[in-house]
Amino acid sequence: MSKKVKAIFGPEYKEYEVGDIVNLAKKEPLVLDCGKEISNFPIAYQTAGKLNKKKNNTILLCHGLTGDQYFTGRHPITGKKGWWEDIVGKGKILDTDKFFIICMNVLGGCMGSYGPKDINPETGKPFGLDFPVITIGDMVRSQKLLIEHLGIKKIAGVIGGSMGGMLALEWAVSFPEMVHSSTVIASASRHTAQNIAFHEIGRQTIMADPNWCEGKYIEQKKYPAAGLSVARMTAHVTYLSEHGLQRKFDRGLQDRDAVTYGFDADFQVESYLRYQGRSFVNRFDPNSYLYITRAMDYFDLVEAHDGVLSRAFKDISTKFCIISFSSDWLFPTSEAKHIVHALSASAAKVSFVEVETDKGHDAFLLDEPEFFATLGGFIKGVSKELGI
Amino acid sequence: MEQENLRADLQQIADIIEKESHIMEIGCGEGALLAYLSERKNVDGRGIEISQSGVSKCVKNGLSVIQGDADEDLQYYPEKCFDYAVSSQVIQATKHPKDVIQQMMRIANKCIISIPNFGYWYNRYYLTFKGLMPVSKTLSYQWYDTPNIHFSTAKDFEILCDELGYKIEKKIYLQPSGEIVSSPWATAFPNFFSEKCVFLIS
Repeated sequence: MSKKVKAIFGPEYKEYEVGDIVNLAKKEPLVLDCGKEISNFPIAYQTAGKLNKKKNNTILLCHGLTGDQYFTGRHPITGKKGWWEDIVGKGKILDTDKFFIICMNVLGGCMGSYGPKDINPETGKPFGLDFPVITIGDMVRSQKLLIEHLGIKKIAGVIGGSMGGMLALEWAVSFPEMVHSSTVIASASRHTAQNIAFHEIGRQTIMADPNWCEGKYIEQKKYPAAGLSVARMTAHVTYLSEHGLQRKFDRGLQDRDAVTYGFDADFQVESYLRYQGRSFVNRFDPNSYLYITRAMDYFDLVEAHDGVLSRAFKDISTKFCIISFSSDWLFPTSEAKHIVHALSASAAKVSFVEVETDKGHDAFLLDEPEFFATLGGFIKGVSKELGI
Repeated sequence: MEQENLRADLQQIADIIEKESHIMEIGCGEGALLAYLSERKNVDGRGIEISQSGVSKCVKNGLSVIQGDADEDLQYYPEKCFDYAVSSQVIQATKHPKDVIQQMMRIANKCIISIPNFGYWYNRYYLTFKGLMPVSKTLSYQWYDTPNIHFSTAKDFEILCDELGYKIEKKIYLQPSGEIVSSPWATAFPNFFSEKCVFLIS
């Protein structure tokens, strides 16, 4: 049913094998929020554990903005371990002996799923900006096609951090009958002005790079490495807390005893950010970055429910776990509480914890024992309810 | 989930609640009552707790508990969405006990509230003869570090319920041992002889 595909990455256009992929919407097209239709498009995914006979043991992991389906095992490009290797596996919090765990690269992504670097059948060239603008809702509907393709009627738990949290919320709101539980980590029910502002800086940085070529860099054999790299550096700062940065770097100098009175990376923090930028361009597509940030900006469950978020959760039987991190200023606790209050107003089943940490937004990808324990407890409850 | 024995006032509360009720516990701590009720009476319980460690323990045990503040967060719940709103030894630690009780009555059909009775003879003795703010097993804090900022006697509490137009359906007076006050003297003067009391209000 599935196959591996090759995809190109980075300024050197290196080829890597990614996937597995499966082509969806073969019979009926998927109608996107923007009005356009897509059909027979690929979604790349990774799984762990086995689907049981009842098909009720699925955990769907939703990755963040620049994440991908490689939650476990070696990443084909970076060679690093999966982003949730710490908690997924035999006997771990998300126990692969119990659960069938699946993660899909989002629609618009660049790790094998349908995105702007795919070939536009109408022109025979990469889509670039001709790729339709997608939304969080579109991503969820494309994921639903794969879930249905696997014959799964109900997911035990959708779990996501940051953008993945938006997907976890959207899943529960759009298809409550398919979602037993939804875990929303370091996320929000809408993008705030500040969130949009930071994304706009990232996009403008990419688009200001002359090698972006109006989005047609692949055709022209160029690559906006500088733009994408700076976009990543800016975004990376928003993922950390002030205290965390200070604790890690303070005013430490990089391989030198004194400042050089120049614009070299004198400070460790500069060197660190440059490294973050450099390594990012080798694994992420600049146009995908534009499309996915846009999808997050457009996400607004409040507006979608006439300005009253609790309407989104009316009569919902899905059980929620909302987790925030005290030093996360990108998706602060106040945003999490906004969701919790709306869920309370509809008398939904909800657990909420603010985890004390100085690791900022990125805490959801780090070893944070209190967070893991909370998530683990919630999932244990779910597995007990479903008899898994 | 392993069950330990419930604290006496919690056991009294648990005994009042019918099977399969919907309840909200304000200040649920580590979730002892909610876990007990969910296990033994198939109760659909929710909780609010202010401490992260308490909430984490609850969530770890599969309970639907949110980290929040009784003074702030009850306003978001719809009217009468629970059968019971419960609070045990918590009201005295809220900023605005009267508002909290009113919110509890708004979101639930009935309330069960347990309070420490400041009118208990030992507390009176402590203040009268020692000239010190009472410190006991139940009230183990010094005056400067106590979270309990609104003490009342059982009688005070009844007066407030009366003022608010609430009916007290049941009063349970407890001794420090956890036993219900039973001797004739004590039942005649429960405000003097009980250390904790549990009220069922409608």
